[in-house]
Amino acid sequence: MDEKKLAIIATKGTLDWAYPPFILASTAAALGYETQIFFTFYGLQLVRKDLSGLKVSPIGNPGMPMKMPFGPKWFKDISWNIPNALQCIIPGYESVATGLMKQTIANNGVATIPELRELCQEAEVKFIACQMTVELFGFEHSDFIDGLEYGGAATFFEFAGESDICLFI
Amino acid sequence: MNFDKELDARGLNCPLPILRSKKTLNEMTSGQVLKIIATDPGSVKDFAAFAKQTGNELLSSAEAGGEYTFFIKKK
Repeated sequence: MDEKKLAIIATKGTLDWAYPPFILASTAAALGYETQIFFTFYGLQLVRKDLSGLKVSPIGNPGMPMKMPFGPKWFKDISWNIPNALQCIIPGYESVATGLMKQTIANNGVATIPELRELCQEAEVKFIACQMTVELFGFEHSDFIDGLEYGGAATFFEFAGESDICLFI
Repeated sequence: MNFDKELDARGLNCPLPILRSKKTLNEMTSGQVLKIIATDPGSVKDFAAFAKQTGNELLSSAEAGGEYTFFIKKK
């Protein structure tokens, strides 16, 4: 059977950037692709057992709409353009922004990251963690979920070289 | 239209309607029909693309009052 192949490199470790690799991988698997994700650098955060450290930061991100996920419509429609300099000095600003983002995600029927990750695993998407960055960042294999394989760039190319689509995220 | 199984994907957003449908189809046998109800406007194009790529046949796709109904016949 000539199954198509998708290879993804996941390099970002924030809540927002956790979505593209898991959405694309789970969907590709549903479409019959053999799929593999190589997690390296900050992307390692996406395969930790504890995902509560995934946050989203509006600081230095002018593309992020800042709207409230609750209250009457007129309130939700307000775009809160808070200056970067001010965002930087408010303690816990990222945690608050992350909480609001999670509420927005739930309000819109968008899957959570743990849910999407589990769907990927159920669909037999193969997860590979970059051993070099695991050591570089001082992680232990016990920090990561089960079913993860560890390898390097050569391991990635073994699959990526045969892939139909290869994405760097 | 007759169907063997129904999936309520209302309120779910991309890619969940497709993933749940795929999961449900896995539990069905060849020739059976799955009815899906969704509210995600993107699902119209997505289900057409899903059918085309997986070989499961999209028998019908309709919209009424903000709800989208699809009938898919398992390959």
